[in-house]
Amino acid sequence: MPTPLLSVRDLVVEFPTRRGTLRALDHVSFDIAEGEVLGMVGESGAGKSLTGAAIIGLLEAPGRIAGGEVRLKGERIDNLSPEKMRRVRGRRIGMVFQDPLTSLNPLYTVAEQLIETIRTHLDLSEKDARKRAVGLLDRVGIPAAARRIDDYPHHFSGGMRQRVVIALALAAEPELVIADEPTTALDVSVQAQIIDVLKEACIERGASVMLITHDMGVIAETADRVAVLYAGRVAEIGPVRDVIQAAEHPYTSGLMGAIPTLTQTADRLTQIPGSMPRLNAIPQGCAFNPRCKHVFDRCRRDRPELIARGGGRHVACWLFDREMEKADV
Amino acid sequence: MSDTLLSVQGLTRHFDVSKPWLNRVIERDDRQYLTASDDVSFDIRKGETFALVGESGSGKSTIAKMIVGLLEPSAGEIRFDGKAMDFASGAAMRTLRRRFQMIFQDPFASLNPRWRVGDIIAEPIRTFGLMRGEEIGREVGRLLEVVGLSAADAAKFPHEFSGGQRQRIAIARALSSRPEFIVCDEPTSALDVSVQAQILNLMRDLQDEFGLTYLLISHDLSVVRHMSNRIGVLYLGRLVEVADAKRLFTDPQHPYTRMLLDAVPDLALSGRRRTPVTGEVPNPINPPPGCAFHPRCPHVMPECRQIQPHSIPTATGTAACHLLGQGAPRAQQG
Repeated sequence: MPTPLLSVRDLVVEFPTRRGTLRALDHVSFDIAEGEVLGMVGESGAGKSLTGAAIIGLLEAPGRIAGGEVRLKGERIDNLSPEKMRRVRGRRIGMVFQDPLTSLNPLYTVAEQLIETIRTHLDLSEKDARKRAVGLLDRVGIPAAARRIDDYPHHFSGGMRQRVVIALALAAEPELVIADEPTTALDVSVQAQIIDVLKEACIERGASVMLITHDMGVIAETADRVAVLYAGRVAEIGPVRDVIQAAEHPYTSGLMGAIPTLTQTADRLTQIPGSMPRLNAIPQGCAFNPRCKHVFDRCRRDRPELIARGGGRHVACWLFDREMEKADV
Repeated sequence: MSDTLLSVQGLTRHFDVSKPWLNRVIERDDRQYLTASDDVSFDIRKGETFALVGESGSGKSTIAKMIVGLLEPSAGEIRFDGKAMDFASGAAMRTLRRRFQMIFQDPFASLNPRWRVGDIIAEPIRTFGLMRGEEIGREVGRLLEVVGLSAADAAKFPHEFSGGQRQRIAIARALSSRPEFIVCDEPTSALDVSVQAQILNLMRDLQDEFGLTYLLISHDLSVVRHMSNRIGVLYLGRLVEVADAKRLFTDPQHPYTRMLLDAVPDLALSGRRRTPVTGEVPNPINPPPGCAFHPRCPHVMPECRQIQPHSIPTATGTAACHLLGQGAPRAQQG
C-alpha cells in the first residue's frame, strides 16, 4: 500500500482551562491519499476546523496537540519548530478559509500578495512570479486577469475574492490544500462555481484536498471520501456514495434524514433529539449514546473504536461489533 | 379572493445611498438610490406557507420588514385581511400588529440578554393587554411547553440556552400575541442541520395546531421546498417568478429559477447534468437595464437588454420573462 499523502493518527487536541482540561479532538485518525478529496463534515463544535488548524500548526493558544501524530508523506510535521512549520505552510500545504475578506490583506494589491507568496516559496524572479500569478488568476476564472491583478481586494466581489484566495493557496504548488468552509459566505449560484474551480484546479496540479464543511451537499458533489465528526471524534469514514446513501453510524443516518432535499417530499424530517454535548460534558462510552435510538449497555460503558466494514468504510459504533460477534458464533 | 390574508401590490422601497452633501458638490455626483424592492406584488392565502427565495441583495428582508411594518414602503400597498396598512396612524398599526409577528434569523441578537425568558415571552402579552396578573405566568409556561421547552425555563436568561433552544424561545414570543400570520426571516440559517430539522418540524406542527400562515424568507431552496405551498423568486428586488412549490421545482419558467435550482448541490448523487452557472448578482445600486438578469441569462434576446419584462400568468402563478411573452417555444431545460 502506498504511503498516504497525509496521515493523522490518534490526534488529541486539548484546551487547558481554569475548570480543567477540555479535550476538543479525541483520538482522531484518518488518511488522505494523493490526489484525493477528503470531505470533513460535522456540526458546529464537532472539531472540523480544529483538525485543519492542528494539521497546519495554527492552533490558537492555549490549545495544544496533546497526543498522536500527523505525517505528510511519511514525515512527522506535528512536532516541527515554528520556523520549519512555516516553510511547510503555504509551500506544501495551502489554505483556503471561509471569509475571503479577512484572508486577504486590504492594503496590498492582489499582485503584491500573490508575488510575495510565490517568491517566498519558489526561486523565481519578480517578472516570472508575476507571469505565474496572472496564470493562476486566469486559471481560477478571473476575467482579464492581467489587468485585474493590480486591483485591491475590495475591488473584487465576494466570489471573485474567494477565487483570489484559491489562487494564493495554489501559488507554491502545494501537495495538500485545506479548505475550511470555502463557500459558506457565498450565495448558492457562486458557491457552485467556486467548488468547481477549487476541485478542478487542485486535480490539475495533483494536489489533494481536505474540504471542511457543514454542508453535506457540497461534500456529495466534491469529495471522494468523507469523514463524519461528532464531539471531537470520527464517527464514520468512507467513500462518499456509501456514507451518504447508506450511512451506518446512527448519527450519520440521522443527520442525512434531517437534511431537506429538492426531490424528497417527506412530510417531516428525521429528528435527532437533543444536541451535541459540550466539551466539558461528553458522556462516558460512545459520545452519541444519549441521543441514539439503538443505544445498549456497552455504548454507555466503552468507547467504540473505528471498526473496518470493508470497502474502505470504518464506523465507530458497537452495533457493528455485535454483529461480528454473532457471525463468529 | 376571500381567503387571501395578505396582499401586496406594487411594493417598492428605495434607499438613499448618496454620498454626503459636500462630497456630492465637490465630486459633482448625483444622489444615488438603491431600489431594494421594485414593484413587487403577491398574495398569501390563509393557512399556507408562502416563501420568498433569492440570493443576497435580492430584497427578501426588505420586503419582510415592510410587511411587518418596520419599514415604510416608498410606493405600493400592503393589505392585511382586507384592510390597507396605514403607516401614518400609530393606533391602526398597533391593532394590526398584534395579528402578525416575526421570527428573526439570529437567535443570539433577537433576544434581550438582560431579560429573563419569561419576561421576553410575556412582553407582547403585556403590550397588547391580552391578560393580567398570574394568568400571564401560566400562559408563558404553556407557550414554553408548546415549543418543546419546560415552564421552569421562564426564570432563566437567554445565554443559558443553545441556538436551537433560543430559536424556540423566539417562536414562543411570536406566538404569545396569538397572531394569525408569522414572518420567518431565515429562521434556521444560523442553526446546524440536526437542529434545523427540529425547528422546521416544530414550525409545521404549530401551523397545523394554530392554523398559522407563514411568510418564509430563505436562501436555502431545499428548506423552501420542504416547507412551502407557494414560492416567489426574487432577483435584484424584482419578483421574477411565482408558482406552486411543486411546479416551481419540476417545471421552472424563468431562466433565473432554473439556474438557482441547478446550483443546489445534489445530495442524491443522481449524476444529473448541470448547466454551468455563470456570473454573480450585479450591484443593486446600478442594476442592468431591461431585464436585470440579462447579463447572466443563457437565452438573452435583444429586447431583454432594453425592456423590463412584465409578469405574465403561467400555469400556477406568474413569471417575468420575454421568452414567455412571445409564445415562442420555451427554452429547453439543460
